[in-house]
Amino acid sequence: MTTTNRLLPVRRLAIIAVLISLLGGVMYYQVVSSDPSNPRANFWRVIRAGIPAYTSTPAQGHTILIQNGGENWREIRNGIITRISPWIIILALIGMAVFYLIVGQEKLEKPRSGVKIIRFTRDERIIHWYTAGLFIIMAITGLSLLLGRFLLIPLLGHTLVSGYLGASKILHNYCGPLLLIGIVSEIVLWLPFNIPRKIDFDWLKNMGGMIGSGPRPHIGKINAGEKGWSWLIFLFGGTVGITGILLDFPIWDQTRYIMQVSHVIHATVAVLFVTVSLGHIYMGTLGMEGVFEAMWTGSVDAVWAQQNHDLWYEEKMRETGETPATASPQNEQRA
Amino acid sequence: MARMKFLCDAERCIECNGCVTACNNEHDVPWGINRRHVVTIKDGQSGEKSISVACMHCPDAPCAAVCPVDCFYTTPDGIVLHDKDLCIGCGYCVYACPFGAPQFPEESPFAVRGKMDKCTFCAGGPGLDNSVEEYKKYGRNRIAEGKLPLCAEMCATKALLAGDGNIVSEIYIQRITKRGSRPETWGWETAYNFKSGKGKNP
Repeated sequence: MTTTNRLLPVRRLAIIAVLISLLGGVMYYQVVSSDPSNPRANFWRVIRAGIPAYTSTPAQGHTILIQNGGENWREIRNGIITRISPWIIILALIGMAVFYLIVGQEKLEKPRSGVKIIRFTRDERIIHWYTAGLFIIMAITGLSLLLGRFLLIPLLGHTLVSGYLGASKILHNYCGPLLLIGIVSEIVLWLPFNIPRKIDFDWLKNMGGMIGSGPRPHIGKINAGEKGWSWLIFLFGGTVGITGILLDFPIWDQTRYIMQVSHVIHATVAVLFVTVSLGHIYMGTLGMEGVFEAMWTGSVDAVWAQQNHDLWYEEKMRETGETPATASPQNEQRA
Repeated sequence: MARMKFLCDAERCIECNGCVTACNNEHDVPWGINRRHVVTIKDGQSGEKSISVACMHCPDAPCAAVCPVDCFYTTPDGIVLHDKDLCIGCGYCVYACPFGAPQFPEESPFAVRGKMDKCTFCAGGPGLDNSVEEYKKYGRNRIAEGKLPLCAEMCATKALLAGDGNIVSEIYIQRITKRGSRPETWGWETAYNFKSGKGKNP
């Protein structure tokens, strides 16, 4: 009994020492092992990720200390879009010139009959030229804003280009919604004609007889190329329109990220839109004899209709047969 | 030639917004525009840090790179300035800037923004130094008067430093080598005869 009593303090000390060492181990584990990475580095890493923070002046993107998206946007805009887009347009123009020199204008195979067939109504033409005029304004001002710094400032100097681009920006921003109205009107107006049909695949095989030999396919009022252009207007016009509205109205608290993404999509699709529109302008003017008057005067020569839109021509002839007021019987015979 | 820089010491900034007020008052900045702002990270939590930020006057400034009218220029001191007569208010500098420095007087439909405004490092803009026109467009030109930016001059805790980049980093090095009230450069005093917090690094 006495020996145990004498050893009691020593035993207590030993137990306390073991407990303290265990506690120390737990504390060491908590402090050192729980976060093996550097907490201070993590703190700044989170800031680089662009988390929102507090600021007493929260307007104009101040809640984010560092936004990384800007440098990405800069690289995409200055590095890719600005460098590649002029070459896309120049290559398209060269391609069209080569096509014109090799294939040339598609001529009327027979002499003009003098019989006119109405192709587009007055309202259709007004909507077309309203949209076309605005499209050209938007294309020139938009490309100027994208490329003016690199193409115009070396030629004209800062002051003139600043004045021109300032006017371009105002025109671009006010004409944009007007162009969107025109594009939507065109889509709605011509939607019934642009539903793809089986005969459109025959047209696509030799591009309506323009490329290669082969017989000219049967075509209704609107051929597959025109239908394709209409659906590209729907696709490109819709994309450019939605992103354009987001850029044009910075009043709905769009973040900088939304504006950057919108701008990249807007510029990329707009350059493609302009490039494809050059093909449309070519086919509507130089590419084919007797085509421009369709949209300018509203009517085409019967020979042109028979050659290029035979099914539509036959349909029209049946209609005019019933109502001879639009074309006189003699002319019909000549045609 | 000096290379002007801002540095905000996150250990010292107390989010008093004195720098913002000093700037707005010195340059008579229109209401709604703040050339400088204070961001508080982890606000109200442990580890809260505040940082005062404005245009950092980048050597390869993203705003200048994307500007369609090329209205930015860098002074020999490394200060990035812009010409409000050339600015067309497209807003591209806002998209590009990492620090949210460019400010516009308005954000209206049809992207009407007015002329961009940003921190000038108290160096005004193009045109005659300290002219009335310069003051109206860009604010006071303290650099031309031989003074440094007022935000840093007014900073109560000296968290915000502005001036020649070498001197600014020298001050900052002195601070961080003696933080926690003792030298944090272990062994340097013995080995390199280094006096932490005093003078230059030998």
